[in-house]
Amino acid sequence: MSTPAAIRFRGVAAGWHDHAIWEHVDVEVRPGEFVAVLGPNGVGKSTFVKIVLGLVAPTAGEVRVLDVAPGAANRRIGYVPQRRNFDASVRVRGIDIVRLGLDGDRWGVPLPLPWTRARRREEDARVRRAIETVGASAFAERPIGEISGGEQQRLLIAQALVRDPELLVLDEPLDSLDLPSQAAIAALLGRICAEDGVTVLLVAHNVNPILAYLDRVVYLAHGGAASGTPAEVITAATLSRLYDTPMEVLHTADGHVVVVGQPEAPHGDAHAHLLR
Amino acid sequence: MILDLFAYQFMVNAFIAGTIAAVIAAVVGWYVVLRRETFAAHTLALIGFPGAAAAALFGWPVALGYFVVPGLGALAMVAGRGRGEARAGVETATVGTIQALALAIGYLLVTLSHANLSAAQAMLFGSFLGITSTQVVVLTAVGVGILVAMSCIARPLFFASVDADVAEARGVPSRALAAAFLLIVAATVAAVSQITGALLVFALLVIPAATAQRLTARPGRGVAIAVVIAVAVTWAGLATSYVADVPIGFTVTSYAFALFVLVRALSRLAR
Repeated sequence: MSTPAAIRFRGVAAGWHDHAIWEHVDVEVRPGEFVAVLGPNGVGKSTFVKIVLGLVAPTAGEVRVLDVAPGAANRRIGYVPQRRNFDASVRVRGIDIVRLGLDGDRWGVPLPLPWTRARRREEDARVRRAIETVGASAFAERPIGEISGGEQQRLLIAQALVRDPELLVLDEPLDSLDLPSQAAIAALLGRICAEDGVTVLLVAHNVNPILAYLDRVVYLAHGGAASGTPAEVITAATLSRLYDTPMEVLHTADGHVVVVGQPEAPHGDAHAHLLR
Repeated sequence: MILDLFAYQFMVNAFIAGTIAAVIAAVVGWYVVLRRETFAAHTLALIGFPGAAAAALFGWPVALGYFVVPGLGALAMVAGRGRGEARAGVETATVGTIQALALAIGYLLVTLSHANLSAAQAMLFGSFLGITSTQVVVLTAVGVGILVAMSCIARPLFFASVDADVAEARGVPSRALAAAFLLIVAATVAAVSQITGALLVFALLVIPAATAQRLTARPGRGVAIAVVIAVAVTWAGLATSYVADVPIGFTVTSYAFALFVLVRALSRLAR
């Protein structure tokens, strides 16, 4: 317990004072871990992310992110929000989108003055490095609306990485990607976590593409959350207790898990919750 | 022949005022196109017409009407958005209603003031004949103010425009920026209206920016190209209007449109 936790939730609740979407959530994420936030649609997974970023205040409990209050360390956090597709009419290059991660919050315009040359070189190198890390060099110069969803997602991850964050937060980064792209992005995130020591917090509704890289999962439910290694949490006993309904966890021959059951989602979401 | 143009003070004024209007329209317009706020911009331009008509009726400077009413309109739009209807889609019906009312009131005011038809035409379709030296001074001050403001907010506004969620997480005040930008648009269309008229503001605000975004996906270069196009079509339009005695609104718009079509066709061919 020498190093402080990357993310710590103690008895946290979210929602409105008379109507919690989830409550009694305790989570502790160690630095350098790869963590997935799982749960049925509408359970408040994105709210979890927004609390980590300080964009939404919890209604109860204590939250610490990178050992400070949420929102206070956002410069040390890379954030990739949900569902951002740039359509074909967006005539902005990928590299410009990446660069915004570095200087998009600065006022004024950069002037090509001689004494800022060293700094501009250094910033150009950082942008190029982030683009190389995610393997996007081949299409970074093209308008972002003209490249595929998987390629856009790589550039958005590069944007989140360009300031060398300690924590990378991604909301459904694999959503609406084809299966090969899902596998490739998952592998990329696993590599960033393992090689660069970046803590990765990822929201997903399908655990399988990322299962091999996960250190910890947080299963959100109306009443609380279950947190631990995938082997501890994704079990029939834990999930049945959490969702208060019989659930089954099946393991396929190729190492995938399938969760069968119908956890009650707060917004009347009656989908069978299948983690293929 | 071309130098004859500058023998008259009113032509010198027209060139200076036109150049200023072209530069700010192109810079601000690049963001308007990027943010897809052309409808809001059009409305702000249109409500300048009753403003100008009221000023003519009560004997105030016309520029005052052009600036004050769209400024108030921008504030009203910001206040409307503040109630949670953050995205532009919700406001289109309201804004469309206001547009219709603005045109009707403008027409009433023009009729009441017994202004001749050409005064109403100038308010709607532009004129380069009556630009006074005072107007040039006002335009210069407004233009410098707009350019300074735009260069201050250039990057955060770009960030908030293409990537609002991440920008907000990074602490970019995207709501305040959206409000500030709408006020800048109001000031810009007020300035540009005095050359192109309320209806043809888009000739300088949207067409050069849209053309530039066809030509390049680089932000800095895009703004620069938009400025070059806007200034070029303004100068060409002024010269043509002077020589051939055709309305300035028509010449500037036609040149800008022709360039847009040309670039579109060429970029199709290049693919």
